[in-house]
Amino acid sequence: MNLHRVTSWIAFALAAVYFLLPLVATLEFSLRARRGVYSLDAYRNVLSDPQFHQTLGYSLILSLATVVLGVLIVAPTAFWVRLKLPRLRPVVEFITLLPLVIPPIVIVFGYIRLFNTSSVLPLTGSAGGTDFLLAAGYATLSLPYMYRAIDTGLRAIDIRSLTEAAQSLGAGWTLILARVILPNITVAILSGAFLTFAIVIGEYVLAALLNRPAFGPYMVWMGGNRAYEPAALAVVAFGLTWAAMAVVQTLAGRAKHLNTSR
Amino acid sequence: MTFITLQSLEKSFGATPVVRTFDLTLEKGEFVSLLGPSGCGKTTVLRMVAGFETPDQGDIVIAGESVLKKRPNQRRIGMVFQSYALFPNLTVAGNVAFGLRVAGMDRAGISRRVDDMLAMVGLSGLHGRFPWQLSGGQQQRVALARAIAPRPQVLLLDEPLSALDAKIRVSLRTEIRAIQRELGITTLFVTHDQEEALSMSDRIVVMNGGRAEQIGTPQQVYDRPATRFVAGFIGTLNLIEGQVSRQAGTASILSAAGDLPLPSDSAATGKVTVAIRPQAMSPCAPDQGNLRGTLRQIEFLGAFTRLHVTCAETTVQADCFARDLPPGLSLNQTIGLRVAAEDCVVMSG
Amino acid sequence: MSAQPQRALSVWLGVVPFFAFALVFLILPTLHVMLGAFQTPEGAFTLANLGGLMTGSILKALALSLKLSLWTAALGCGIGLAVAGAVTRGGLPPALRDTVMTFSGVASNFAGVPLAFAFIATLGRLGLVTVLARDWLGVNLAATGFNLISFTGLTLAYLYFQIPLMVLIITPALDGLKKDWREAAESLGASGFQYWRMVALPVLGPSLIGTFALLFANAFGAVATAMALTGSSLSILPIVLFAQIRGDVLQDPHLGYAIAFAMIVLTGLSNLIYILLRSRAERWQK
Ligand SMILES: Nc1ncnc2c1ncn2[C@@H]1O[C@H](COP(=O)(O)OP(=O)(O)O)[C@@H](O)[C@H]1O
Ligand SMILES: [Mg+2]
Repeated sequence: MNLHRVTSWIAFALAAVYFLLPLVATLEFSLRARRGVYSLDAYRNVLSDPQFHQTLGYSLILSLATVVLGVLIVAPTAFWVRLKLPRLRPVVEFITLLPLVIPPIVIVFGYIRLFNTSSVLPLTGSAGGTDFLLAAGYATLSLPYMYRAIDTGLRAIDIRSLTEAAQSLGAGWTLILARVILPNITVAILSGAFLTFAIVIGEYVLAALLNRPAFGPYMVWMGGNRAYEPAALAVVAFGLTWAAMAVVQTLAGRAKHLNTSR
Repeated sequence: MTFITLQSLEKSFGATPVVRTFDLTLEKGEFVSLLGPSGCGKTTVLRMVAGFETPDQGDIVIAGESVLKKRPNQRRIGMVFQSYALFPNLTVAGNVAFGLRVAGMDRAGISRRVDDMLAMVGLSGLHGRFPWQLSGGQQQRVALARAIAPRPQVLLLDEPLSALDAKIRVSLRTEIRAIQRELGITTLFVTHDQEEALSMSDRIVVMNGGRAEQIGTPQQVYDRPATRFVAGFIGTLNLIEGQVSRQAGTASILSAAGDLPLPSDSAATGKVTVAIRPQAMSPCAPDQGNLRGTLRQIEFLGAFTRLHVTCAETTVQADCFARDLPPGLSLNQTIGLRVAAEDCVVMSG
Repeated sequence: MSAQPQRALSVWLGVVPFFAFALVFLILPTLHVMLGAFQTPEGAFTLANLGGLMTGSILKALALSLKLSLWTAALGCGIGLAVAGAVTRGGLPPALRDTVMTFSGVASNFAGVPLAFAFIATLGRLGLVTVLARDWLGVNLAATGFNLISFTGLTLAYLYFQIPLMVLIITPALDGLKKDWREAAESLGASGFQYWRMVALPVLGPSLIGTFALLFANAFGAVATAMALTGSSLSILPIVLFAQIRGDVLQDPHLGYAIAFAMIVLTGLSNLIYILLRSRAERWQK
């Protein structure tokens, strides 16, 4: 019994070392820019680089656009399928899982060939069109997370009674969705949104192949050209992702709490 | 011949004592039930016998040998769990064969024993089914067959019937008891269902708060509850408080509802509580009964009729067959209730 | 009077945006790529593109990708199982379990560029571990044959998201192993080892194999980490595809389609195995 416990502690400790060491090392590395002493030089360089601001800004705006697009597509669908078309649930669920099966690089490959300048929908022909395509691509990649988050949120509330109560008071569908359903699944939507943000903010493949000035390609470019700045960028990216995931976890914890206290 | 001895067992979880100075002996082949409300420590006693919990104090002797030092897999114990605990990856035959394979029995022997066991529990022909393809009753039969297949010295059953439908529960009672008799296996059976304990057991241990309140045959426990707890827990019982009065050779119990006869063997004095089964009270004319009261309700229960009579402060219940009912009985009339001295169980306090 | 059919139609209208979006941005692009794998540049049917997969550099990249995915899936499964076992039934404090699960939720999403940078900062030429090994232990990591920009290095980095994914998926399965099963086995005379061999492992089997398939797919489709860590010095299949999309390095556009097709088939099959085995495991878990 005790031996068992000792082995468990050893397994846990080894895993902790493997997972924490790279985080510590990245932080340490990012402070080494000045010879012999720890300094914030790498961060200073990064922060004073206009490219950093442009690309990070671009990715932030794009992730916002992705979240809006994703919520607009997923929330009404998940609601409608639960309320009116439960038979369709397996199909919708299957489609939302496809982005986990099809590698992103294959999807973007398809985009480039399908939406090129000589096609019916020449999205890649203009910067604005490509931006939209990128947001659509990210919304596609985040489908599994967004759908699961929102569907779980919907399961927790009794949408049928809520909808019928609103209808009996004379509300139309838009009003029902905007005023009755959405406020009740804000927590779910937010956790889907932050998960999406965590995926989008440092994404590389789609942005690079669609040639957009996003944060991911910028990081790779820095990786090829600088020594310590990439570590600083990694710390920034880690920080952003972990903050987003922390929000998701807190929201999940809150949702669970809400559900059990019912 | 004593086969199992549980000697002054004590067990606490953290600071909470769960089993306290628990003594019990089982004869070879005996069927003993642990009966008590949920949380009173029945499972804990069983798990100490099985070896899944270690007692803080006391000893467990099986076949003349202390088993405290033995691990559960060396104790030769068959156990049936409330949840059945069938192995989901194995078929019915695979489950029953498990203990035999572990013991290194040869294939032919295993196959023969599995057939015998399944025939015994009435599941012949279901060898190839998986647990999730069986009903609850069938699963419990498999669990029983699995437990007895390796011919254990002791069979332990922890509320094996409580997850089943009422009907299956009743028929399985009889079957389990029949199989246990046939094998002559010493059995400890845990239940919180008094009917189950009364109908199956050679002896019953009524437990409360980790202690054995009374150990006796079903008849003894039912007719002669040793404590108020036992009296209240088993069957329906009327409790009447009174004062013993001994005058000029005759002794009786004076209560607000009337005078009750004191059993001749009782040495009780002072304030007492008298326990009387409903079927020991028979209705009669008001002036002929030991107790007098107002008839509040007549409840027809099929085999018998239950009368609710308010005597002074307390309402008592009297059961009688329809043909024994006085004719022309009507609600709110005053009636008498007759009780024989030997049906009064006197408990002090 | 015509209200009924109209209503039925409007019910279906509610899901049109979703299906339209999925069709345009998920299904059509994928189908386009899959069909392209069977077409000549002129649009005629051919199997030559798939045949092209079996040649020279592409075959090598495919083999390397397979090797990488299999290794990281196997190691991820093994180590993840050990960690999950330690936190679920190793007698560790319950708070630790919550921490591990939360961390796994985050780290399993952590494939990407920053992960590569983190490993360069750890095990690269000037990385923390490399420097500490040199200064404290007098060990020159490079001289021992270790190189981060290599198969081993990439494996180490991939495990950073593979292990947490395994922990996330297998922990509920481990929780599904009932205490009663173990006790039933013990009371029937089984040793701890016999219980694991005859009950626990077979019960976990579908989950283990299914998760292995998922981890395989997960590694097979990943590009960014490898790209940022090794540049293009280690050509795994997705990197070859990346280069092909960027600059037609294979000088045959339809070979790209074939590579993409192969990737879909492999990840699709693995996911299919995962889904099938998971539903089987759930049936047992009831
Ligand atoms: N492993 C344990 N740790 C702490 N408390 C326990 C444990 N097992 C049982 N108990 C407590 O001991 C008491 C008796 O439990 P148990 O023997 O299972 O009762 P019964 O089987 O009569 O319902 C209960 O209050 C229960 O909560
Ligand atoms: Mg119990």
